[in-house]
Amino acid sequence: MIKSSFFERNLKYLFPLPALIFVIALMVFPVLYTLFISFSDWTLTSGRPLVFAGLSSYMKILSEPRFLDAVGRTFYFTIGAVLAEAVLGLTIAVILNREFRGKNPLKFILLLPLVATPVAVGIVFNLFYDPTIGFLNYVLSLFGLPQSGWVTDSTSVLPSLMLVDIWQWTPMIALIVLAGLAGLSSEPYESAKVDGATPVQIFFRITLPMITPTILTAIILRAVDALKTYDIIYAMTGGGPGYSSETLNILAYKYSFEYFNLGQASSILVFLFFLVLLFSLGVMKLRKRFEM
Amino acid sequence: MKKIGLFVLIVAISFSLFAQGGAEEKQEEIRVLLANHPYGELLKEAIPEFEAETGIKVNVESLQESQLTQKLTTEFATGSSTVDVFMTRPLQEGLLFTKNGWYAPLDSYDFSDYPDPAVDIGKKDGVAYIVPLVTEWQVMYYRKDLFKAAGISVPTNFEELEAAAKALNKDGIAGFGSRGKGAASVTQISSYIYNFGGRYLEDNVAVFDSPEALEGIRYYGRLLGNYGPQGVVSMSWENLMPVFQAGKLAIWTDASVFYGQVVDPSKTQIPAEDVGVAQLPRGPKEDSPFIVASWGMSMSNKSKNSDAAKQFLDWATSKELAIEAMKRNITMARDSAWLDEEVRAMMNPGLIETQAHAALNGFPFDRPFMSAVGQARDLIGEVVIESINTKGTSSKLASLAAEKTQAVNDLLKADGEYGGN
Repeated sequence: MIKSSFFERNLKYLFPLPALIFVIALMVFPVLYTLFISFSDWTLTSGRPLVFAGLSSYMKILSEPRFLDAVGRTFYFTIGAVLAEAVLGLTIAVILNREFRGKNPLKFILLLPLVATPVAVGIVFNLFYDPTIGFLNYVLSLFGLPQSGWVTDSTSVLPSLMLVDIWQWTPMIALIVLAGLAGLSSEPYESAKVDGATPVQIFFRITLPMITPTILTAIILRAVDALKTYDIIYAMTGGGPGYSSETLNILAYKYSFEYFNLGQASSILVFLFFLVLLFSLGVMKLRKRFEM
Repeated sequence: MKKIGLFVLIVAISFSLFAQGGAEEKQEEIRVLLANHPYGELLKEAIPEFEAETGIKVNVESLQESQLTQKLTTEFATGSSTVDVFMTRPLQEGLLFTKNGWYAPLDSYDFSDYPDPAVDIGKKDGVAYIVPLVTEWQVMYYRKDLFKAAGISVPTNFEELEAAAKALNKDGIAGFGSRGKGAASVTQISSYIYNFGGRYLEDNVAVFDSPEALEGIRYYGRLLGNYGPQGVVSMSWENLMPVFQAGKLAIWTDASVFYGQVVDPSKTQIPAEDVGVAQLPRGPKEDSPFIVASWGMSMSNKSKNSDAAKQFLDWATSKELAIEAMKRNITMARDSAWLDEEVRAMMNPGLIETQAHAALNGFPFDRPFMSAVGQARDLIGEVVIESINTKGTSSKLASLAAEKTQAVNDLLKADGEYGGN
């Protein structure tokens, strides 16, 4: 009897407990542990055990040109890919936001890139991109256009990778924006028509302002993901040629699993963590302003 | 009545469970990590025989080489490893693993059938930790038909090699290929550096910015930049082999281990009789291609079934399996496997000749032998890429090499491996 009353009194704590333990064990602990390692010197190649080293990992990383290059590339990749995805996604959503035959099959086809495995996508695109035996250079040669080195050339590798990201993730933005468009009330449109507004005016003065919070949500989701992109880049170039497609995540991977320098790898990851956090907070604030 | 029936059923089921549990307890189990390497494939095929003979159950996992290093290192470093026996790359991870005490000492293993340099690399303080499995040396694969059509003979020195690459670089076929992808190129450019008289390390000090080494790096960059396939700076062997197999490459220098795949009719479009294997042409100073123990096998120091693990190791490195592997063009480290008459009759004579040449003249390292070899390879790779991108003409190559040499020396110092010992 006493037992059951204990349970009853504490139900509100007991029921969420499994979820709480799950979050702590699988999310909070790894982040804190990474933070801890980032303040240490732990290099497996030296054979020495982990020693506390204060900020020295951070100092070393900040003075490493590869790190600064990787920060630049991470932003370049994210901004380039997500902007293109937002513009294309919005366009597709507006086109799809009317009734026409074959709309549902089209939506289904749009979903396909989303469910494809990134590594498989990377391998297929690598076959397209191959400069000697690939499909894309063959098509270019048919039109008499100059051939590209695609992912094998340090100048074209990042745009080529962005293209894959855009191919895969534009549909996600399109679908989110489409859901937002479907939820808009029809009243402003009716009064605008009565006032004689042109379709262009309607789009820029009514649709776009009303849909902006939705677009920003989609952009946050995509950008957070793009900042952390790993699978496509690792599968397609491994950060190469040289270091020319090395983003922060790839760099952290190399420092941990190829150089076994876990202290510096963790400090890169902590930096990336705060970068993503700050970015998300910033866009969320921006979004609130539009909602007012 | 019903209850009694149920009781009997439960007792019967639990007994049968116990019986099974008992049988499982008796059967020994070991966990074995293999590489995606022709010898790993051969072992996988043969393991059922070992299981039937000994009653030991072998749980095999196969991984690509860099993933294998990662998995072993993370498991050992976190102390969570349940690995008993594994394939290992003596030059890549040997120093790191011996330093951390992850290999089990092999006191009772009979090493008399192995060449000394191959065994010595896996030794620390006189104790051996690695059984050498496979040897690799650098060779030159070439297209006999293209050479014949162009009226050129097989190059024997670097001047002839450059002339041949230039002459054969036409009609959509690249004249010369070798690894250009940063870190991956380090092992293949090593012989070029040696043949110009350079080294990566001398007495554990990085010296790849010496004039001799630089000359080798420039030569390699000139050949690949001018006559290499498009995108060669992102190509390792797995990208070059399909190009050679598709008939788009006239000369390809890489490790001897790929010979079997190059002439495999299911993978290649060129007839086997058009593929030649020759020794790497000699350089202006030396004639010493790398010849290394590329793969070995070791036991984990934390193995809980060390008897079964030792039994597996003895079997997996046995002379019988070595001969079986040699018949499949896998070049083994055991001396006696090379003397077997049946093997000599079956193997490609080019492989036998180039092995004999490399064993006599070669250099037993294809990369800087150090714990932080992963990072060192990336640093050297930067210099190689700069040389290829500029076709060997870069004016800042010397300063770049000096900077990277310094960085590699810093790594050696940080790991307590610099100089002396």
